[in-house]
Amino acid sequence: MTIHLSIVLFLPLAGAVVGAFLPAARSHWGVLAGSVGTALYAIVLAFDFDRGADGLQYVTDDTWISELGIHWSLGVDGLNVWLILLTALLWVGAIVYGWRAERFRTRQRPALFWFHVALAETAVLGAFMAQDLAVFVFFFDLMLVPFFFLIGQWGEENRVPATIKMMIYTLVGSLLMLAGAVALGVLSTPEGGHISFALADLQQNTLGEGTQQWIFLLFAAAFLVKAPVFPLHGWMPDAYRAAPLPVLVVFSAIVSKVGVYGFLRIVLPILPDASVHFQDLMIAFAVVSILYGSVIAFAQDDTRLVVGYSSIAQLGFILLGIFSLDPKGSQGAVMQMVNHGLVAAGLFFAIAALARRSGGSELLSRMGGIAFRAPALAALLLILAFATLAMPGTANFVGELLILFGAFEDEFTWGLIAAIGVVLASVYMIRFFIRAMHNEPGEGVQSREACALELGVIAPVVAVIVALGVYPQVILDGSEKGAEQAGAAVEQVQQPEVSAIR
Amino acid sequence: MTDLLLADIQGPEIDYAGLSPLFALAGGTVIVLMAALFRGPFVQRTLVPALTLTSLGAAVGLTIWQWETGDLEPIVENALAVDTLALGAGLIFYAAAALTVVISLRDEAVRSAGAGEYFALLLASVTGMVVFASAENLITLFVGIELLSIPLYALCAAEVRRAASLEAGLKYLIIGSLGSATLLYGLAMIYGATGATDYGAIATALDDTVGLDDPLLLIGIALAATGLAFKASVAPFHQWSPDVYQGAPTPITAFMATATKAAAFVAILRLFDHALGLEQLNWGPALAALAAVTIVIGNVGALMQRSLKRLLAWSGVAQAGYLLAGVVVGTELGLKATYFYLAAYLFMNVAAFAVVVARERVSETGDDLKSFEGLGQASPLLAWPMTIAMLGLAGIPATAGFIGKFYLIDAAVDGEYAWLGVLIVVGSMISLAYYLRVVATMWMGGIEVELPSGRKVRPVGGWSPEADARAQPEVTGVAILCAAATIFFGIVPSPLFDLARDVGTSLSHLL
Repeated sequence: MTIHLSIVLFLPLAGAVVGAFLPAARSHWGVLAGSVGTALYAIVLAFDFDRGADGLQYVTDDTWISELGIHWSLGVDGLNVWLILLTALLWVGAIVYGWRAERFRTRQRPALFWFHVALAETAVLGAFMAQDLAVFVFFFDLMLVPFFFLIGQWGEENRVPATIKMMIYTLVGSLLMLAGAVALGVLSTPEGGHISFALADLQQNTLGEGTQQWIFLLFAAAFLVKAPVFPLHGWMPDAYRAAPLPVLVVFSAIVSKVGVYGFLRIVLPILPDASVHFQDLMIAFAVVSILYGSVIAFAQDDTRLVVGYSSIAQLGFILLGIFSLDPKGSQGAVMQMVNHGLVAAGLFFAIAALARRSGGSELLSRMGGIAFRAPALAALLLILAFATLAMPGTANFVGELLILFGAFEDEFTWGLIAAIGVVLASVYMIRFFIRAMHNEPGEGVQSREACALELGVIAPVVAVIVALGVYPQVILDGSEKGAEQAGAAVEQVQQPEVSAIR
Repeated sequence: MTDLLLADIQGPEIDYAGLSPLFALAGGTVIVLMAALFRGPFVQRTLVPALTLTSLGAAVGLTIWQWETGDLEPIVENALAVDTLALGAGLIFYAAAALTVVISLRDEAVRSAGAGEYFALLLASVTGMVVFASAENLITLFVGIELLSIPLYALCAAEVRRAASLEAGLKYLIIGSLGSATLLYGLAMIYGATGATDYGAIATALDDTVGLDDPLLLIGIALAATGLAFKASVAPFHQWSPDVYQGAPTPITAFMATATKAAAFVAILRLFDHALGLEQLNWGPALAALAAVTIVIGNVGALMQRSLKRLLAWSGVAQAGYLLAGVVVGTELGLKATYFYLAAYLFMNVAAFAVVVARERVSETGDDLKSFEGLGQASPLLAWPMTIAMLGLAGIPATAGFIGKFYLIDAAVDGEYAWLGVLIVVGSMISLAYYLRVVATMWMGGIEVELPSGRKVRPVGGWSPEADARAQPEVTGVAILCAAATIFFGIVPSPLFDLARDVGTSLSHLL
């Protein structure tokens, strides 16, 4: 029993509260201090984390609401340790960028802005760390509140309809999950026993197959909308266009992972029968997302949407890995969650840099020729583009390879179709790079080298991508145990079929 | 001679200690009315409200003194219960009334009706609610509903110079009388079928002599449910509520939305769970259908409202649907969840209404959504409570509304009404559209207001030059207090859970 995770979790919020009492123009210092503290703490935890060990580490477990059987239960294992670290680090980058970039300095009500940024970090970390279903639902739903305000109040054009659309889409899913979660807790309580929402307890008491199936659908609704995955991505283009860029960085890189992470943490271990039952359906969603996202990304002029639709494709891959129901696939999915988080954050920072050189426009048609006087920026973007299209030598290659291995094992045809997505990714990413960096310079394009701030946020991300490409073992080691545990229940369900065939 | 006569008469045993909160309220009513006969601003503006608050405070104190868990025997010849359900419901009424007194302090309604009458009627209505919620006898139940309603009819029409207020009072009177008449008819039939007016005796009769499918009894139950549904604004008996809520003075609307609703639900819980508990298989599905209809109608009705009071009225209808889910299951868990939600609902709703009161007095556009444009920038101290109230009513985490909904869904699934649990979340989804619109209007609407030169005024919708002069610190205080409670009980709900657990012990035969 340790208190470490609670500290990591609440440091950003504590920083925001301190910041609220500072003069408005200095409120960012409180939030920055809180998030840097969280990041340092998370780095220490990640290095201290025992990658070979089974089960959860740094567990916190206290009774929170005894009448409802809700425990304040947090823990770290191979599934979430890297996601937590990624969250903590990217938030620092987003805060630094949001504070220094001149476009955001003239913002109104800075103290409130920073408060919401910090609340968002706490909520996301809470969702990743939660080991109690009710706590997970709590943070998962809470996450929406700061983003609603961040996009709706400080966003770009058409921000209000975009946020309302996003809120309705995502909350529909989230609330269905709330009903599913309560039902799961109540129905898996043994006769006369005390209700509990602890994930470990829920794993013990497996429900009947029919019950599992309808609860599965409620959870899937929440997670698929959050990701988003085709055909539930309707909110994505508007919200991505409207979000302020520092917010979009963390929103796209981190928040989209919470959904797919939920499948690994909650759905596979607790609803194994339903997971096997709906495997084909989920894989169909995944593969269609891969193809749809890739094709649409190719046709976009708005750079934000190129990355946005490519995210749909990438999340399709992650979903495919999870529902290959194979430890290799799950491991690849964990790996790819981290990779895509890094790539998406890097790309959005790069988009901000590009927009400053093309007269403020984020449209590809207004860009071009930016590489002329900015070789360093061009090189960084090139590495990001290679990572996105999973060039061998990057960690994305390892991740996608594992996912496809997992898929081929069980679902050869689907795996084959999904592999087309890898090819399509190279098409849209190379188009993005060429249109932005080469070609005729667009009107109003003024090429200049990356400034210290841009280098400061993009270069570390790229450095981590390169480092992971050289040594992906760091993540693979840690996630192996986690993926095995997540898939253990499913394997038990599948076992009888396998033995019957043999 | 006199000694001999007195010895023969057996007066009813009266437990004065158990009745003491009622005495505090009824006595307070009389004292407030008398005190207000004296003229002078001190008496009218300070002493009368202070006496009202004292009377409510005394009732709270006596309630805490009487607090004893368990299924206690009713007092006064089985007419009134003094169990934790009655006392706990009382706490909700007293809190709602006290907050109403504070936000009424400088209200137009108090000026035009007279402080004495206004506050005395309020206390009389609270007295009626306590009787209504503790009734263990059909006759007491009816006395209670009349005692709580008649002062409210007058209070709705308190702004005698405003036509809408008079219309609201009249409308409430007519619909309310219809509801009471239906209830009385139903109660008479239940008496006819079981031959008893005491809840305990009705339950015993159902256990051995009366068949559960006795048509007279079933019709009686249906009519009684209809009558009570009018009071709780359960669809399809809700049509009065948007009009009355909009027309009545806003502090009274706040009081009706919270206290009356709580009283009606506690009375429903007591009648159905105690007297008619054995009939649950018959009335459960019927009430579940009502709950489903109410959730859908309430939420859909709220979608197109621009008047905040109407919007809150429709949202109140929807919330009544959620609350009904706790009654339908007929379990102890359902009882506790209903009580918990009623308490959470009190804070969320009063916070919202307090902000409406503050805006309404200042803005030229009244309670229209326009009055809230740009509020986040102009006065965050009002915008935050409203935001928290809206998010709480929508059931967003970190508010008491989330825990309350969680508890209700828990009760519904546990009582084998899982579909009703799913319907609660479907209703919440629809509700987001209108709750979030209010939030978006406050924080995200940019508006332009012509400002007189030289004055530093932040733009806000419906702004008028006289606005600043009438700042209402006590109303803002109530809004902030209730919003803080909403957040506090969303993160540390255990005090409310303890209260709900005590309340849950009062009907011991429940599962």
